[in-house]
This record gives sequence, structure tokens and C-alpha cells, in this order.
Amino acid sequence: MIKLFASRTFFQSVLIINSLIVLLPVFFLLNSSLRESNEFARTPFALARDPFWENYKRVWSEGEFGSYFINSLVITGGSLILILVLALGAGFVLGRYRFRGNNLIFGFILTGMLIPAKLAILPLFIQLNWMNLLDSRLGLILIYTSAALPAATFIMSGFFKSLPTDLDNAARIDGASEFKLLSKVLVPLVRPGMAIVAIYSAIPIWNDFFLPLVFLQSPEKKTLMQGLTVFFGQYASQWGVLFAGLCLAALPLVVLYLVLSEQFIKGLTAGAVKG
Amino acid sequence: MSSALRKEQNRTIGALLIPALAVIIVFTTVPALTTLSYALFSWEGFQRSTFVGFENFQKLFAYPYLDQLIAALRHNTTAFVVIMTFQTSLGLLFAYAMFRVRRGLRFYRVVVFLPVIFSLVVVGYLWQSLFDPYYGPVNQIIAGIGFPELAKPWLGDTSTALPTLMLINLWRWVGFPAIVFLAGLNAVNSEYIEAARIDGASEGQIFRRIIFPLLAPSLTIITVLTFIGAYEWFDLPFVIGGSNGSPAGATDTLALMFYRLSFGSIDSGANNVGVGSALGVLIFTLVGLGAAFGSALLRKREVEQ
Repeated sequence: MIKLFASRTFFQSVLIINSLIVLLPVFFLLNSSLRESNEFARTPFALARDPFWENYKRVWSEGEFGSYFINSLVITGGSLILILVLALGAGFVLGRYRFRGNNLIFGFILTGMLIPAKLAILPLFIQLNWMNLLDSRLGLILIYTSAALPAATFIMSGFFKSLPTDLDNAARIDGASEFKLLSKVLVPLVRPGMAIVAIYSAIPIWNDFFLPLVFLQSPEKKTLMQGLTVFFGQYASQWGVLFAGLCLAALPLVVLYLVLSEQFIKGLTAGAVKG
Repeated sequence: MSSALRKEQNRTIGALLIPALAVIIVFTTVPALTTLSYALFSWEGFQRSTFVGFENFQKLFAYPYLDQLIAALRHNTTAFVVIMTFQTSLGLLFAYAMFRVRRGLRFYRVVVFLPVIFSLVVVGYLWQSLFDPYYGPVNQIIAGIGFPELAKPWLGDTSTALPTLMLINLWRWVGFPAIVFLAGLNAVNSEYIEAARIDGASEGQIFRRIIFPLLAPSLTIITVLTFIGAYEWFDLPFVIGGSNGSPAGATDTLALMFYRLSFGSIDSGANNVGVGSALGVLIFTLVGLGAAFGSALLRKREVEQ
């Protein structure tokens, strides 16, 4: 018995069973999205031998998925650009300069990691209203940026710290300004860090439905995940269409993940794994 | 350092640090601190009224909120204990299995972690359909293997809703501890393992005596993150049970209660910003203290390699 538990076969079977548990629901979703709703209700398990693409057409044309998709892209992309630019600057200064208050500021930024945006939602709501940023994509971008920036700065400053200081001195002797040093010499060297920050920040933003739910009211500004909650009310029991909607919403990240799985895993566990 | 360079560096510090700090202060620090002050006022909708001191906290600990608070706290605590027990041990099992197998590691890594990238909206709706009482495959499978009397509305029954929710949570999250533990396992110095093997230790002994103690840092991080996640549990319960924790409050959590108090709900009526903020402060204190205390305690038993 003990031998069995310790054997490679046992571990191999554990992993195979787990793979089935992960993949079967995903396969079921994909398969059902390609079947007519009535047919699905009769025989939920039958294979979609003759793919019913109509579901996807309906989702795209009736469900305003196109506009949801673009909004998610704008909000995630906008936040990501802002996060990367700000974290590069702050990470550079905090990771490479020695000045009074460096540790204090660094500590302050880290406290931001402990504050979940969800619990500050009421003041944020009133503050955004006052700043005229309620029901605005920019308002959402700023909140996401603020939420991701502490961890992003932490990760970037670590990467900047790990580069040899000789680089700076050599560049300075060659007459480079501090800004040139950052943009031309150091940024190319911290690209792996930027990839981690990008994934670490972008995925929770793309997947989030809570902040859009609270802050975006206009139908034309809704994001994909938020739109999905509306969509589910509208198409209740039209199984094929619902499943097609879920697949479309999940597809972009799944494709990216399959191409860049190593970076995704590194990026999403960046806060938990050292080195 | 030349004074010209120092001057330029000071300008650079200002130009590069101030924008980042400004965003964090305006959109994180100030709102977080304002939550504290909100809890000390009475509110009419979203209009601040008079200063009431700790009255909102007293209200939170009295009828009608106290019952909800206790039920929610119980569900969060159950979630923490259950997730910590099952999700973490399964994560460790998968990590150790991946550490031991020779073939297919890349494939297993990608598959184990796959659900973690899914949005909880997608996960919630997918599993809601899988658990559908009439069309859902789960009940059909149960009936198909000969136990039709065990088929039930898993998410609609007060006795099974919370366990089912935790099961869905497990499916979505177990890859995270698995990958963190795998990274921890790969960081264990293989010389220790080789030396123990030469001394005739069994694989079980090696795991218990060498590998597991050295995994303590990973375990600390997973425990703290699980604690935070369990006491701020919101997305999955919200997508599946709505803001009231359907059925009949069986899946209510502190964060859902906070949401209802903040924005009101169809069942529980108008919002109460004051009591909501008091609850927000309570959750934040609980999570902050728990995480700090827990990590200090756990870090003590970490050993140096």
C-alpha cells in the first residue's frame, strides 16, 4: 500500500485524473456552445458533430459583445500602459537611487498592497462622482492603476536593483542624461520584469466584474465580464447561446495562456514565489 | 557625486516618483482612510449627515445586523478552514506529483494552472450550468450511475450550497498553491535528498523530514493568501448566489453583506453607508491583523536551508 502511494504510477494517475477534472468541464462548455439549445436540453452529453455556429453569431450580433470586448480592451490596455510607465519610473528611482526618504516612500507604497479596492468602494464612489469620473472608463483605469501599482513598483524595483551599477556610471560618462540612462540602457534590460508586471496586472483587470458593476452604468461602456452578467439574465435557458458567450469571454486569455504559459504562471504567482 | 548630477537626480526623482505616488494616494490611500471616517457618521443615502461616534459599530452588533454578521462570519470561517484543509493539501499533492513524475510535466503544469486564468464570472456560470438541477451533467451522471435519489439542486439547497461553492472554488484555485509549492520543491537543495536516499531513507521519510519542513515559506504564503481570500470572499458567491447569498443566506459572506449595506439590495432595502463602512473597517482590521499575526507565527517555524 505504502509502496503504491510512493510510486511514480500513483503520482502519474493523480495528475491524469486531475487533468480530466480540469479539462472535461472546459470541453463540455466548448462542445455545448456548438449545439442548438433544444438539442442540448434533450441530450446534454451528445457530441457536436455538426457544429452549430449560429450561437456565436447571435452572441456577437445581438449581445453587444463587440462593444463589451472593445471596452475591456481599452480599459485593460489603458491601465496596463499607465501601470508600466509609472512603475518603471518609480521602480527605477526607488531601486537605483540612494536618497533620504527612499525606504519610507517604498514602505508607504507597499502598504498600498494591503488595501483591497473593494473595501474602499464607498469613498471611491463618492470621490469619483465628485471628480466627474463616475461612469467613465478613465475613472476605472485610474483605480485599477492605483490598485496594481504597489506590487508593480515592488517587482520593478527588484529588477532594477539586480542590475550592476557600473552600467549607470558608464552611461553617465558617455554623457547620457538620467532619462536616457533609464530609457535606452536599463529598460531593455528589465523587459522580463515588465512582462511579469504586465501579466500580473492585466489578468485581474480583464477578469474583474466588480468595479465595472459599481462604477459603469451606461450600456455602451460596459466591459466583457460585466456584460456577461447582463447577458445571462437576457438569454436564460438558451443554453447554446449562453455557452457560446462564456467561450467568447474566456477565449482571448486562454489563447494567450496556451502561447505564453510560462510567463503567465510566473506573472500570476509573482507575489508568492521568490526568484 | 557631482552637484550637477545630484541636481539632475533630484529632478528625476520628482518627475518619476510623484505621478506614481499621486495616483496611489488619490485612489487608494485617501479612500481607505475616508472609509474610517465614514463609519463615524450617519448617512442619508450617499449624503453625509451628523457625526455619531461609534454608533454605527453598535448598530452592526445589534438586531437586525448581528444575525447576518454572525452567519456571514461563520461561512467565511468555514471557507477558510475547508479551503485550507482540502485545497492546500490537494495543491501540495499535485505539486509533489509534478515534482516526482518524469514525463508530461510541462503538460500537467499548463493544465493544473489553467482554471486560475478563468474569470470567476465564467467559472461561476459554467458550474452553475453543470450543477443545474434538470439539465446539468452532474445530476445526470449521478442518476446515470444508479443513484437517482442523490441527484438534487446542489446550489439551491441550503445544506449543500456552501459546500458546492467551496468545491467550485477548489476547481478554480487549486492550481495556485500547486504551482507555488512546486516552485518551493524545486528550490529544495537536491543534495539533501540525495544524501538521505544514500542513508536509506524512504521517499515518505524524505518528504516528511526534509522536504515538508523546507516548504514552510511556501506554506506561510499560501496560508496568508488563503486567509485573506477566505475572509474577503466575494466574486464567486456573488456570481452564483447574488448579493443576498442565495439560497436563504446560505452562502452569505462578510463582503456580500458589506456590498448590500453599501449599495442596498432588492430584499434588504435601502443602503446604510455608515454601518456598511463600519463593516468595511471590521473586515479590513480582521484580515490585516489575521494576516500579520499568522505570518509572524508561521515564519517562526521556517528553517534556513
